[in-house]
Amino acid sequence: MDYLLTEDQIMIRDLARQIAEEKIVPVRAELDEQNKFPWDVMKAMAQSDLFGLFIPEEYGGLGKKTLELCIAVEELSKACVGVSTSYAANALGTFPLLLHGSEAQKKKYLPAIASGKRLVAFGLTEANAGSDAGGIQTTAKLEGNEYVLNGTKQWITNGGEAEIYTIIAITDRSKGPRGASAFIVEKGTPGFTFGKKENKMGIRASSTTELIFNNCRIPKENLIAKEGMGFIVAMKTLDSSRTGVGAQGVGVAQGAINEAIKFAKQRVQFGQPVTSFQAVQHILADMQTQTEAARSLVYSVARFVDSGAKDISRPSAMAKLFATDTAMKVTTDAVQIMGGSGYMKEYPVEKMMRDAKILQIYEGTNQIQRNVIALDMVKEASRQK
Amino acid sequence: MNIIVLIKQVPDASEVKINRETNTLIRDGVPSIINPFDMYAIEEALRLREQHGGKVTVLTMGPPQAAEALKEAVSLGADEAVLLSDRAFAGADTWATSFTLSKGIKKIGSFDLVISGKQAIDGDTAQVGPETADMLGVPFVAYVRKIEKVENNRMTAERMMDEGYDVVETSLPALITVVKEINEPRLPSLKGKMKAKSLKVTSWTAQDIGADVNLCGLKGSPTKVVKIFPPAPRGNREILSGTIEQQIDQVVKNLKEQTLI
Repeated sequence: MDYLLTEDQIMIRDLARQIAEEKIVPVRAELDEQNKFPWDVMKAMAQSDLFGLFIPEEYGGLGKKTLELCIAVEELSKACVGVSTSYAANALGTFPLLLHGSEAQKKKYLPAIASGKRLVAFGLTEANAGSDAGGIQTTAKLEGNEYVLNGTKQWITNGGEAEIYTIIAITDRSKGPRGASAFIVEKGTPGFTFGKKENKMGIRASSTTELIFNNCRIPKENLIAKEGMGFIVAMKTLDSSRTGVGAQGVGVAQGAINEAIKFAKQRVQFGQPVTSFQAVQHILADMQTQTEAARSLVYSVARFVDSGAKDISRPSAMAKLFATDTAMKVTTDAVQIMGGSGYMKEYPVEKMMRDAKILQIYEGTNQIQRNVIALDMVKEASRQK
Repeated sequence: MNIIVLIKQVPDASEVKINRETNTLIRDGVPSIINPFDMYAIEEALRLREQHGGKVTVLTMGPPQAAEALKEAVSLGADEAVLLSDRAFAGADTWATSFTLSKGIKKIGSFDLVISGKQAIDGDTAQVGPETADMLGVPFVAYVRKIEKVENNRMTAERMMDEGYDVVETSLPALITVVKEINEPRLPSLKGKMKAKSLKVTSWTAQDIGADVNLCGLKGSPTKVVKIFPPAPRGNREILSGTIEQQIDQVVKNLKEQTLI
């Protein structure tokens, strides 16, 4: 289907596709098998300016927005969600700076992020604070000109590999959610170390670690926005990034469809290719229809976000929810169509199925997305009375 | 460092078909690409610029659509692009091509290094590099697989040979041709693509570069193509099986039967 993309958007899509096909597809199985961070791919993406895509031109970026980011993420995800997660998590970590950073912070950090020289990670989740972001235990205490951080973040994407971390910590526990603040912490700061690298079911090319703060002192200027704004920074960040997770779902679903139909055309049973059986045809038709519906929703929401709309929580939650549930179903169906071959590591669809699962879990589980959507519906209904 | 890269637009070899009557390539409707060996030349020029600063200019001779190849080079990071295009250039052999390119290079002006791929995949002659160097009156190093050092107007490079390699030192300016072992070409960048999209390629005619049209194109080409023919098909082939000893015995037997030994 033609989504009436602009010339620039088509250029971005084609380049991301070229990177996916030439740099990611040949190594994705090895990255998955070896739990290996894709530095070579990240360097190729940096050289092609993909890290600057969503960063304003005055900071060395291309000044593009959500739709362009989604288009790039979709193409990368067709090849490998592990790689696209490393790329998208960089954007996630950058959003607090983009949305709430001071001019000085933007000038200091964004150019290096745009050029891909310094990778970013976002640190919100903890052992007791996942869906319930209010349960954050990590603290930041102002002492003179420094904040002192203590606590442990868990399951942080790009942990250990990133050089810049945007961290949510409690500055005043008595204020509840309004007692959280956002900070920039650079790798190498004394008192800031990394825990073990997690051994995951999927997206194994991406790095997931603990971030450990033990009397880690950072300059006062590293506070993002104001004290007490941390929860808002986190929520706005997630609102902005969620559509991109939907784009990952669209990408991996399409990647799985492409593999499934390629296989099914060649696979002969009862003397004919299995694509001639309606049982297979109908599954393929549903896969593509659902994926196209997901893509339409993701692109529409991305355009809505880019229009400068403020109330983006519900639509971005819907895009994430629908596209990632679709991804799980479509990748599972792709394995089914390919049968025994689909289950084998010789073919990429079993990995796609494992990778797709995380999309229903991270950046807000799909149950939390439903909460967001329903609460907003109820709120709207109450307003109309 | 001012570097000029000579590139050629060639038909994508994976798509090429032969006209069985004339035995020439059917170029109509075949997608064009930058000669793959020239991609390594572009990459090496970009790397030298990253190390030493300066400017990379890509130069080609060809019909107006060859501007697309130049734009692709710009999307990879080249600073400027020049197209030598004139009806008088048509039908050039390697000599006339080298003459035209050398005139174009002189018009661009001063340079430290000219780089091109070792040969083009359509003609496969590998003659344009050395001929152009000669016409420019600069030293020439073929088959460069590594540039070791560039300093004080001198360059040290490794020249790939059939067995091993030579280490060659040359004064600059010079012209080199490169082999694929030298690097891994990068992908285009978004900024490069955007620049290429809006770029108006500089196009020079024979008059612009001060080239005598009698020395260009078909008129200036000493090469005369007498006949084009496909090489004779190979004889029958046979794949032997069995142990190595059995296969060797069979080979010897076959050769004797055919009175070849």
